[in-house]
Amino acid sequence: MPSVMLKKNPEGKLVFYVPKKDLEEVAESIEFDTPEKWGGEVVLSDGSKYYFEPIDPPDFPITLRAKRVDSGE
Amino acid sequence: MAALTREETEALIQEVLEIYPEQAKKDRAKHLAVNDQSLEKSNKCITSNRKSQPGVMTIRGCAYAGSKGVVWGPIKDMIHISHGPVGCGQYSRAGRRNYYVGTTGVNTFGTMNFTSDFTEKDIVFGGDKKLAKIMTEIEQLFPLNKGISIQSECPIGLIGDDIEAVAKKANKEIGKPVVPVRCEGFRGVSQSLGHHIANDAIRDWVLENRDGDDSFPTTPYDVAVIGDYNIGGDAWASRTLLEEMGLRVVAQWSGDGTIAEIEKTPKVKLNLIHCYRSMNYIARHMEEKYKIPWIEYNFFGPTKIAESLRRIASHFDDTIKEGAERVIARYEGEYQAVIDKYKPRLQGKRVMLYIGGLRPRHVIGAYEDLGMEVVGTGYEFGHNDDYDRTIKEMGNSTLIYDDVTGYEFEEFVKRIQPDLIGSGIKEKYIFQKMGIPFRQMHSWDYSGPYHGYDGFAIFARDMDMTLNNPCWKQVKAPWKTDAASSEAVKAAA
Repeated sequence: MPSVMLKKNPEGKLVFYVPKKDLEEVAESIEFDTPEKWGGEVVLSDGSKYYFEPIDPPDFPITLRAKRVDSGE
Repeated sequence: MAALTREETEALIQEVLEIYPEQAKKDRAKHLAVNDQSLEKSNKCITSNRKSQPGVMTIRGCAYAGSKGVVWGPIKDMIHISHGPVGCGQYSRAGRRNYYVGTTGVNTFGTMNFTSDFTEKDIVFGGDKKLAKIMTEIEQLFPLNKGISIQSECPIGLIGDDIEAVAKKANKEIGKPVVPVRCEGFRGVSQSLGHHIANDAIRDWVLENRDGDDSFPTTPYDVAVIGDYNIGGDAWASRTLLEEMGLRVVAQWSGDGTIAEIEKTPKVKLNLIHCYRSMNYIARHMEEKYKIPWIEYNFFGPTKIAESLRRIASHFDDTIKEGAERVIARYEGEYQAVIDKYKPRLQGKRVMLYIGGLRPRHVIGAYEDLGMEVVGTGYEFGHNDDYDRTIKEMGNSTLIYDDVTGYEFEEFVKRIQPDLIGSGIKEKYIFQKMGIPFRQMHSWDYSGPYHGYDGFAIFARDMDMTLNNPCWKQVKAPWKTDAASSEAVKAAA
């Protein structure tokens, strides 16, 4: 359950940053990204997947807890 | 000597690794790489921020060095207690040349060493009482201090002193910020964790102090310079450029900085990050909490300065954008004259760097402006995100080394034979004795500033006077010079 700092880059894409791992990646896809609901499975540009509990669309930048989804599944 | 090809560089790495035992060889191989600009991510080719191997000569520092020496130390109007035995503070005292304005010992304390001087008794019975006493004494002797930070040395964590409780109590008594920093040297693998701990201490104990206090008048052009430690006056050379383009620099973190400036930073409109490695944590925190965007910039060499000024200006309105162009145009004659003078003397010279956490990539542009080529670079304590940013700056097939050992660095130098090496004091005399010109790139070899247009002129002069110094021709003993040149000497005589 890493804490993830999320922010939008100048191109409007979501940037995913895990301080402990120096992981700084752009999110390629987000399962739910509508005005009603945000979250679900997030796929990063390096192929790794994380899961956020769906919530109301947050105000970026924000730190959220994410679950790592094993790529084997 | 011609540049090495990719295969030759890879072969060189293998050759150097040959001497290690199996396990160490496997580990060290992950830290050495040949640059490939086509890679987007450094973790494909290099591992960083890992514990150094036992038995090798590493050039790293400790968490205390990262916190007291780098982040907190330059805050000039606070007193930083090196809490623990006397050595850590004394042997690092004033060594980093963070310049500041003020009267030392009266209202500024940058070059002084305050320590609790732990003895056996303090280890056995705990040092909390002593710490409380020290702070009372400091308050009597130096009443103009604006706060105290407690920089823990190793024993504090080992014996489990509660410095937070002492700090809170002292804070009530003296009415000034008292910041306990848990930067014991044994934490982490290098000074990098010390930077992080120091950033977190600022976040937890200082940054919120003026939340809800709007008495500080702001302007739309307020910025903070973060991660510039004013080595040899660097921050001043940077600040003049920013002010000239119309921005107002509210805070300097932390070279020539004050605690008041740090408390006011949450009011700025944009954070400018120079040393990404040591201060990105606090910038990210301020982005989240205060919605202050941050950008990285680079004030080494005219190409990068112009790029950075334009990028900074793009966050503001047209007056600042015009201001940036005006500044670039104003200094054009100046820096062009520097290039015209020194480029012919330095053209084509090859440089190897091994520095801390920002300069291994930031100074590349400055060398390139002088027609020089950086053929090898590496970080003492960089992380993967630093190497991500380095890959594009370096040429293809150049050498990248992370946490290089003394042995590896020497072997690389022997083979690559660079014309100049830029690293620290511990490497300096080894390479000078090998007959290779050397500049200290941590302390600017007691010169500087190197930031900004003014700094570039000094940078170019320093590189020239080191590289083209006639002494390098005298290094080889006369009886070892080859026959041809001794013939020439006879002919001349």
